[in-house]
Amino acid sequence: MAEKNIITINGNEFAFDPGETVLEVAQRNSVDIPTLCHLKGATPTGACRVCVVEVEGARSLMASCATPASNKMVVRTESKPVVEARRLIIQLLLSSGNHNCAVRGSDDKDWTRFQLNVQKDDGSAELCPVWGDCRLQDLAYRYQVSGDMFPATGTRYPMETVNPFIVRDFSRCIQCGRCVQACNDIQVNNAINFGYRGAEAKIIASGDRPLKDSDCVFCGECVQVCPVGALVEKDVRYRVRPWETEKIRTTCSYCGVGCQLELHVKNNQVVKVNGADVAPNHGSLCVKGRFGFNFINSPERLTKPLIKENGKFKEASWEEALDLVAKKLSEIKANHGGDSIGVLTSARMTNEDNYIAHKFTRAVLKTNNIDHCARL
Amino acid sequence: MAGLAAAFGSGAMTNTIDCIEKADVILVTGSNTTENHPVLSSFVKRAVKFKDTKLIVVDPRRIKLVEHAHKYLRQNLGTDVAWINGMIYVIINEGLYDKKFVEERTENFEELKKVVEKYKPDYVEQITGIPARDLTEAARMFANAERGSILYCMGITQHTTGTDNVKSLANLAMVCGHMGIEGGGVNPLRGQNNVQGACDMGGLPNVFTAYQAVTDEAARKKLEAAWGVENLSAKPGLVVTDMIPKAHAGEIKAMYIIGENPLVSDADLSHVEDSLKHLDFLVVQDIFLTETAQYADVVFPSTCFAEKDGTFSNTERRVQRVRKAVESPGETKDDWWITCEIGTRMGFEMKYQNSEEIFEEIRTVTPSYAGITYERINEEGIHWPCPNIEHPGTPILHIGKFTRGKGMLHAIEYIPPAEQTDKEYPLYLTTGRNLYQYHTGTMTMKTEGLNERAPGTYVEISPPDAVKLDLIDGQKVKVASRRGEIEADVKVSDKAVTGTVFLPFHFADAAANRLTNSALDPVSKIPEFKVCAVKVSKT
Repeated sequence: MAEKNIITINGNEFAFDPGETVLEVAQRNSVDIPTLCHLKGATPTGACRVCVVEVEGARSLMASCATPASNKMVVRTESKPVVEARRLIIQLLLSSGNHNCAVRGSDDKDWTRFQLNVQKDDGSAELCPVWGDCRLQDLAYRYQVSGDMFPATGTRYPMETVNPFIVRDFSRCIQCGRCVQACNDIQVNNAINFGYRGAEAKIIASGDRPLKDSDCVFCGECVQVCPVGALVEKDVRYRVRPWETEKIRTTCSYCGVGCQLELHVKNNQVVKVNGADVAPNHGSLCVKGRFGFNFINSPERLTKPLIKENGKFKEASWEEALDLVAKKLSEIKANHGGDSIGVLTSARMTNEDNYIAHKFTRAVLKTNNIDHCARL
Repeated sequence: MAGLAAAFGSGAMTNTIDCIEKADVILVTGSNTTENHPVLSSFVKRAVKFKDTKLIVVDPRRIKLVEHAHKYLRQNLGTDVAWINGMIYVIINEGLYDKKFVEERTENFEELKKVVEKYKPDYVEQITGIPARDLTEAARMFANAERGSILYCMGITQHTTGTDNVKSLANLAMVCGHMGIEGGGVNPLRGQNNVQGACDMGGLPNVFTAYQAVTDEAARKKLEAAWGVENLSAKPGLVVTDMIPKAHAGEIKAMYIIGENPLVSDADLSHVEDSLKHLDFLVVQDIFLTETAQYADVVFPSTCFAEKDGTFSNTERRVQRVRKAVESPGETKDDWWITCEIGTRMGFEMKYQNSEEIFEEIRTVTPSYAGITYERINEEGIHWPCPNIEHPGTPILHIGKFTRGKGMLHAIEYIPPAEQTDKEYPLYLTTGRNLYQYHTGTMTMKTEGLNERAPGTYVEISPPDAVKLDLIDGQKVKVASRRGEIEADVKVSDKAVTGTVFLPFHFADAAANRLTNSALDPVSKIPEFKVCAVKVSKT
């Protein structure tokens, strides 16, 4: 059986399981086929056609994400017709909006006019907010194309900035549909979809209303999967560039699902969060995990020990505060016994913190009066 | 968790989150999953959309998840034992139960059968308001599936009969044989990031780490040897809901509260407030000056999750790394460091270089964590029990055999909730969370956008009730119970069912828990947050 399922990609033979797509076989074997609209976990749509490959015997190029591998299939992933097709697709996409990452054109005059127009739409003189973090830009470099092959098309829909979390910049949307799939097939919030037809096409929410008045729950999955600058976190846009941040994997501190996060840190501040593509969340997050991190850097954070004197708190040194607590607890323990002291540990702290609280209660206070709010 | 421990011998989610998508039928009850566990709810919704999985939702509110359900049963508040017994009756009566499983892996079936005998669907309808036909159909749907998963949350446990409710769900899963298999199980969804870990680490009055009973002499001897101490107390301690009244009575003289805010999260707040004032000495350790910290004699500033190293254990028993990403502000210190310093100053040396050194000690005294190391969970977490370094961890519990041997079927009668509506307080109140805020809000309320989406307390009320009380959307009203009253904005919503209103409990200035009843479940000592009687009137 195994011998029967063999596909040849770029001259190399690979075994595959029935049902696997050409793209999946290629990815599994480290053959790099570029993709744009393809979203892991969702049904392939073949919408962008960047992943086209040449299949011997086929009349046209095939989208590898939507083509099942078949036995004795012979595939070429970077042949001349494939590269030409990809260049054309990328050129069309680049000309379709405000892709001002300066790959667009070499003609100084045209660039200036183009950039001034973008500034008008965007309200910023800077280059694209996702410069350096854009799949379309990556592809333009890889295939050495610019957008000046075709005349630029005007911006049809204004930017949506009326919600607190996400900026929707339709001028940079390439209609790849990843956000629609993220919303409908991954998170299944069913808030956004394709609307209108042809050149009027737009990603819309609830009959083309702003996100804040739709079924959107601001999980931000769409932002995370957007390959271009059409969906960007409001607080991140033009304030944080990817090369300025360090990314640290950790575990979310809200509910018990334990989503794996990447905290993006700039100047000792968490400035952005995205979901890490591992269990249990496989990249997904909710609104709290993705956007609810401002408390970390809140000016209301406690920064010094406090001791209450005459009904008022005053700042104290660690020595002073620790000594006072140790003395008072020792006294109460001596006078009334350990069972007169209660400890509440926390479902918000680490295992290590909890273990130490537990050890302290049993070994130092000599009581079992320890609990936390699992019940609440 | 006491309910599951009694039934299976282990009180934790029996299966994994990934498992949810492998179920043929999912029963969700007492969990507003899309708002409280949004990412986990996607697993449920995907299963329904792409895998042909059937979804049954049983909830007093018409929550968002109902839109995805094949069967929605709306029970009267606090009548869970009745509908679960009713389903079991149908399943046994129609011979749909897994006879082999019941015979080989459970005990006490005859007792259960006898008790559920009277819970015929028509009788259950009178108690729960669930139409007999719907209940019967849901029972068949659940029993006929090969793999059935039960997901539940605080809507099941926060009742005076919480432990009974959980045992009943365990009964239902066992009679259908949906245990110890992929896509099955009884799965409590943990509301806070490390509730599971806090329990695993002995943050409970009756057990040390890994649920080793304080009354067990061998366990005490083991820890005494490990810690170099003598005479660990063999007397189970007080639970939080007993500590507070004892503080009020003067038996508890001092409290050390770490990272908790009982002054918003507990039931019957006015009483909590008085109790804290009665203490001789109160130490609070937190990242913010919370409502509770205001009452402290000493406040210690601690680091938050982004500033520390360590581990959290999630709802599916997966131990995962927490990593320091930023330097902490001012003079804040790690929680463990502060506690160790107090301990050391009280004459018991507690010194550790870092969190990993503590974790290494945890491994030596916690059998279920013995095989887990920081290195092993660097990329992906491991599910406990993981008894040794070669062990891959245990994603699914109770395969082939329950932790306690045979699964215990509990014969349970329905008991009505502690508080009933009457002429003066004609509406039921139930409480919970809202998507955009978290628990007492100390963290989420620091993000403007979240406040914009959920600015303050509202009382969710059904359109017919709004008409009856002559209320309109956005209007300010008084909500009063026998214990207190608060003001809230009216939110007329299809989620509410006539006769029952809902309040989120996040907001300290109009705390829903000024109204709630602190009557406790006799076993788990969980207050009945989910049912009390109120009246709503214009201000």
